[in-house]
Amino acid sequence: MIEVEQLRVRFGDNEVVKGVSLNVPAGGSFGIVGESGSGKSTVLRALSGLNGAWTGRIAIDGESVGPRRDKAFFRKVQMVFQDPYGSLHPRQTIDRILSEPLLVHGMDNIERRIETVLAEVALPNAVRFRYPHQLSGGQRQRVAIARALIAEPEVLLLDEPTSALDVSVQAEILNLLADLRERRNLTYILVSHNLAVVSHLCPTVGVMLGGQMVEVISAEDLRAGKTQHPHTSELRALSVDLEEPA
Amino acid sequence: MLVDIQNLRVSFATRTGTFEAVRGVSFQIGTEKLGIVGESGSGKSLTARALMRLLPQNARITADRLSFDGVDILKADERAMRGLRGKRAGFILQDPKYSLNPVMTIGRQVAESWRQHKGGSRKEALEAAVDLLDQVRIRDPRRVCDLYPHEVSGGMGQRVMIAMMLAPDPALLIADEPTSALDATVQAEILRLMEDLVSKRGMGLILISHDLPLVSHFCDRVAVMYSGRVMEELSAGTLAQAKHPYTKGLLNCLPSLTHPKPRLPVLSRDAAWLQS
Repeated sequence: MIEVEQLRVRFGDNEVVKGVSLNVPAGGSFGIVGESGSGKSTVLRALSGLNGAWTGRIAIDGESVGPRRDKAFFRKVQMVFQDPYGSLHPRQTIDRILSEPLLVHGMDNIERRIETVLAEVALPNAVRFRYPHQLSGGQRQRVAIARALIAEPEVLLLDEPTSALDVSVQAEILNLLADLRERRNLTYILVSHNLAVVSHLCPTVGVMLGGQMVEVISAEDLRAGKTQHPHTSELRALSVDLEEPA
Repeated sequence: MLVDIQNLRVSFATRTGTFEAVRGVSFQIGTEKLGIVGESGSGKSLTARALMRLLPQNARITADRLSFDGVDILKADERAMRGLRGKRAGFILQDPKYSLNPVMTIGRQVAESWRQHKGGSRKEALEAAVDLLDQVRIRDPRRVCDLYPHEVSGGMGQRVMIAMMLAPDPALLIADEPTSALDATVQAEILRLMEDLVSKRGMGLILISHDLPLVSHFCDRVAVMYSGRVMEELSAGTLAQAKHPYTKGLLNCLPSLTHPKPRLPVLSRDAAWLQS
């Protein structure tokens, strides 16, 4: 579904992504972990078309895409951002926020689609005519996910979707994402610095360091500690160490 | 006893009546490390802020006892409070991006906080700043002194914040989600650094966070708050034997690398928890 070959992204003289390749089958889910500054979000932004200054090859559904994307691409690929406080328009009602992608793509049955998608992310219908500031962080992230889903995409790019949320809300959102993937046969790329979150949702995990993907490992091998690269071992050791209560 | 809180209540007057955000919290802290854990809206930050009387105008604080370092916070005047804030208790906030002055070099900011409390010449203050930056393990502190906050990483910014807070040798450090804006590796480094400095200087620490297992690594005791009350207080080592369903729920709903769960258990809340 998603093929990336030798992706390079440069900001001025600074090469941030240095030849990353990855392959995600349809209905699969791929996790990218790494420290801040390792280039993991930059990969996602190049994939989503938010950053056009890249070289290499990106193909979605077997079709190569360039720096500029057509409308069909933006329907097929949607993104959910880290901060549910910053990614929703503060002066638009949830109804307006959700109907915008439908208007852009000229889709019909707006009324019914909004009702369905709200039910799908387990939000009450009453939320429809509220503003983002009237909702909790978890509810807002559900709205962001609903907005991504409403155009019926095939690929969902998730950039730290739970790191701004409480652990109890994080559990709900992760369950929701897992259910949605199963129900709609979505393809995910999930970026996070939390190894436990990534390995919970993704059977395959890529580890990034300094703009390179230093290791691609299955979640089982990661759990069992069968790591190849020292950086992966380091991240794993830290995660295991801090996750157990003292 | 450094901090003594008995039956602290914080309420806000709203259009529809009063809203009680903190409902009868009590604890005491000496030179030890206390973690306060809870979800957003549980009143953990308000509890810490009430101690420094750093609350919005419309907040009403009542308590049977609220004392810090022998000073009655409820009766102290603004002047006395200014002597406590920063000087006797340092406050570290979540995101260094917003708590450092963007148009002032790091060296000048640290020097300013040193000079504010200790006096001395500009030159002495700058030397002290270099020393403080060195104590929070910033490599090449002289170079960092001349940088602006936007030129350093989040982890480095948080080290600078800690250096500023340590300048007046406070007796207590209050850290409100000090590492939530940082990634996992840096998070552990910063918490280790804080723990180390606090132990070495014999200070008290209040560490506020929503990550229960994480906090238990760096604190002696943990208070778990829910909806303005302390549900359970236990020593960090005995977290695995927590009794309260809320504490257990918080621990269970975390995804785990070593013990995978096909589906995360969702926290179910019980209204009975709030009846004391």
